Amino acid sequence: MNSGNRRGLPGALLTLLLAWLVLYPILVVVAEAARGDAIAVFLSRGGEWHALWASLWISLASVALAAAVGVPLAFLFEWLDFPGRKTLGSVIALPAVLPPFVGVIAFLFLYGESGFVARAVQHVLGLERAPWRLQGAGAILLVHAYSMYVYFYLFTRAGLAKLDASMLEAAQALAAGRWETLRRVTLPLIRPALAGAALLVFMTALGSFSAPYVFGGGFRVMTTQIVATKLNGELPLAMVETVALAGVALGGLLILRHTEGDDILVALGKGTAPRRRPIQSVGGRALATAAGWLLALLLLLPHLTLGLVSLVPYGTWTTEAVPPVLSVVNYQRLFGEPERLRPLVNSLWMAAASTAAAVALALVAGALVGRRRPGRIPWRGPIEGLLALPWALPGTVFAVALATTFSVQHPWALRWVLVGTVVLLPLGLLVRNLPLTGRAVLAGFRQLDPALEEAAASLGAGRWAAFRRVTLPLLRPALAAGASLAFVAALGDFVTAIVLYTYDNRPISIEIMSSLRLSELGVAAAFGVILMGLSALVLAVGARR
Amino acid sequence: MTPFVRLDGVSKRFDTAVAADGVTLEVERGEVLALLGPSGSGKTTLLRLLAGFEQADAGRMIIDGADVGGLSPARRRCGMVFQHYALFPHLDVGENVAFGLRGKKPGGRVTVERQVAAVLALVDLAGFERRRVQELSGGQQQRVALARALAPEPRVLLLDEPLSNLDPALRERTRRELRQLIKRVGITTLFVTHEQEEAFDLGDRVAVLAAGRLDQVGTPDDLYERPASLFVATFVGRANVFRGAAAHALGGADGQIVVVRPEAFRFSEIGIPGVVKERRYTGAAAFYLVDGGRGERFEVLAAPGAARVGDRVFVEATRVLTFAEERE
Repeated sequence: MNSGNRRGLPGALLTLLLAWLVLYPILVVVAEAARGDAIAVFLSRGGEWHALWASLWISLASVALAAAVGVPLAFLFEWLDFPGRKTLGSVIALPAVLPPFVGVIAFLFLYGESGFVARAVQHVLGLERAPWRLQGAGAILLVHAYSMYVYFYLFTRAGLAKLDASMLEAAQALAAGRWETLRRVTLPLIRPALAGAALLVFMTALGSFSAPYVFGGGFRVMTTQIVATKLNGELPLAMVETVALAGVALGGLLILRHTEGDDILVALGKGTAPRRRPIQSVGGRALATAAGWLLALLLLLPHLTLGLVSLVPYGTWTTEAVPPVLSVVNYQRLFGEPERLRPLVNSLWMAAASTAAAVALALVAGALVGRRRPGRIPWRGPIEGLLALPWALPGTVFAVALATTFSVQHPWALRWVLVGTVVLLPLGLLVRNLPLTGRAVLAGFRQLDPALEEAAASLGAGRWAAFRRVTLPLLRPALAAGASLAFVAALGDFVTAIVLYTYDNRPISIEIMSSLRLSELGVAAAFGVILMGLSALVLAVGARR
Repeated sequence: MTPFVRLDGVSKRFDTAVAADGVTLEVERGEVLALLGPSGSGKTTLLRLLAGFEQADAGRMIIDGADVGGLSPARRRCGMVFQHYALFPHLDVGENVAFGLRGKKPGGRVTVERQVAAVLALVDLAGFERRRVQELSGGQQQRVALARALAPEPRVLLLDEPLSNLDPALRERTRRELRQLIKRVGITTLFVTHEQEEAFDLGDRVAVLAAGRLDQVGTPDDLYERPASLFVATFVGRANVFRGAAAHALGGADGQIVVVRPEAFRFSEIGIPGVVKERRYTGAAAFYLVDGGRGERFEVLAAPGAARVGDRVFVEATRVLTFAEERE
């Protein structure tokens, strides 16, 4: 086709650019890992195998825990009706607005050995020391379950909402009992949703860095192991570890993708969702309501804790169960001292720049290969694959890969020294953002009726005018959704930052960490609150129609 | 008189399928031409080639004396009404209609607004400027699409299955209004349809397409009375097709196929013997399904009381169409 040839060159150029951004650094790491005896060292050390195994089983356990919490909740909220269901239904997604690192800090303040809960128990029982230490695998899993059940909850609810009531009635008419219907009809039908959530939780848990970093202690998973090895200066070994983690991620992705199957509900078209059943007995209703609000409180506690700790002035809270002094002095200091405000400014500009660049690249990709068109579209597969690749690999892998690739001056190999400059971290954030904006924008393009652009053309609008006057306005919701997700992810990033930051572009998460080291809990919490508020605000704006 | 629109040997091939196979076609100024054919016959492709959404592999397309083959859709000045209308959902009715007027005329907003009002009045939607397109009925959406296409005063109007998206009840009325409107504007029009009734009703002439080839162009009477091919004979109107011995019995020469319209048969004392199997009453007349033995079944249109189911009858043809046995 004529137009296909015309699109071939820009498509090839974009493929090359994306390959340089997301594939080349990984290949560099693989090449570095294969040099010398690092692989032999890796294989001979027991600690490495422990960390790899820990990454794997922690991720699988996170999937199981998140499913155990999220799936029943989804059934409860989708199928039963009880007072407060609507309000609770939105509260329940709240962990999503907590950036991973901030969530971990909130858990530390709440359940850590000098956290509120520990202090309360210590007080009540009159103990000498804290009743527990929040550390090791258990602590990591607790944080993972809290922050990742949301995926199962949202995916399962979406799956259930697509169910056709008449399908369940058909099963009942065929004399299947309630459990049998659940087992033989409902669960198979929502299997793609469950598999999708499982994949998302697995990948997130495998790449999780904040929780193992703060709570791991001696317990190492691969992400923390890589950063530790790199800090030790054993760079070749860090490369091998990075490749090993990437391998586990890709393996898990392939296996889970395989089980996902096709979404047969889409093929059948949508029917009417089953009506919600009100809980009949008075006792049952009261119980459900009480349990619901208790759950909401449990989910909100980390947010509330952050808020409370952010009001504690430095050095005023020692052994008391609750802080004796509360004031806004931390916020005053934050906004009063330019040097303290720097991290906020840094985070904002880097998130904005990386998001804008990721949106621009996604738009170019969409314009070149995203439209519905008959026939084969050249470069579509490579471009879509490259846009999605950063999602398939843990953040640590990409951070290390970029740090390695851009640590030497070899312009002929398209490598420049960017380590130590303020450019590298935004570049890393851009790479991390590509899957988020790419997915949203490509989906937006796919929903676009090709006839609309043709209509614009036949009404005299040239290619650029049609794009500006028709395509772009129609893509606005997809752009807003993708951009807001990317912005929030970049704003709260910790994984990429800890490998790539410099003093000049230190972001909020790094500043929170150094505040914690200096025991300035209030300042750290205040930053966390600001981050949380900004995230919620941006997500709300992005979701507006 | 030179034709206003001329297609000369236009061909287009998609991957494996041929969508247009050397189509040559002429349309007079102000004429309404129907492109009729079964799905997959390439009629929509022809429209899209003319509008510039597809590039022809071979052939020339001439509008008003100028070759438009190399022009982008934006510069062809063809007004297109899409099958699903393709109204811009982010713009209201007035903005949709004004879309093609922007930057065209001097005089600015007031002129544009006046023109929009005039075109909306033309399609009987005066005062609908600020309505959202989503809240309009199917028929109203179709008229907005028509107004939008007509507003920039195109040289040719292209309609892709203009009535297929409407309720059957609404279709006949809309068809009448559409015909009146096109005649009032006097614009040269090509429209695509797969329904013979629509093509006959709206088109001054009808072009019948099959598998990318143009089989025949003519007035509805031409097509029905003097079909150029077996395909046209069977696709346009009802037809009984006879081959071999049966064709011979009806006066066909060796190797000829004989086609008889149901109304060209009549019950008689001589002719083909058969048994009436079914009778379908339609008011003024009735269709009789007659079994002539050896698996030969054909339809006869006759008076409602001409025969009863189970009757043994003879059927005589008053007029036959003959075609050479098709090869391939």
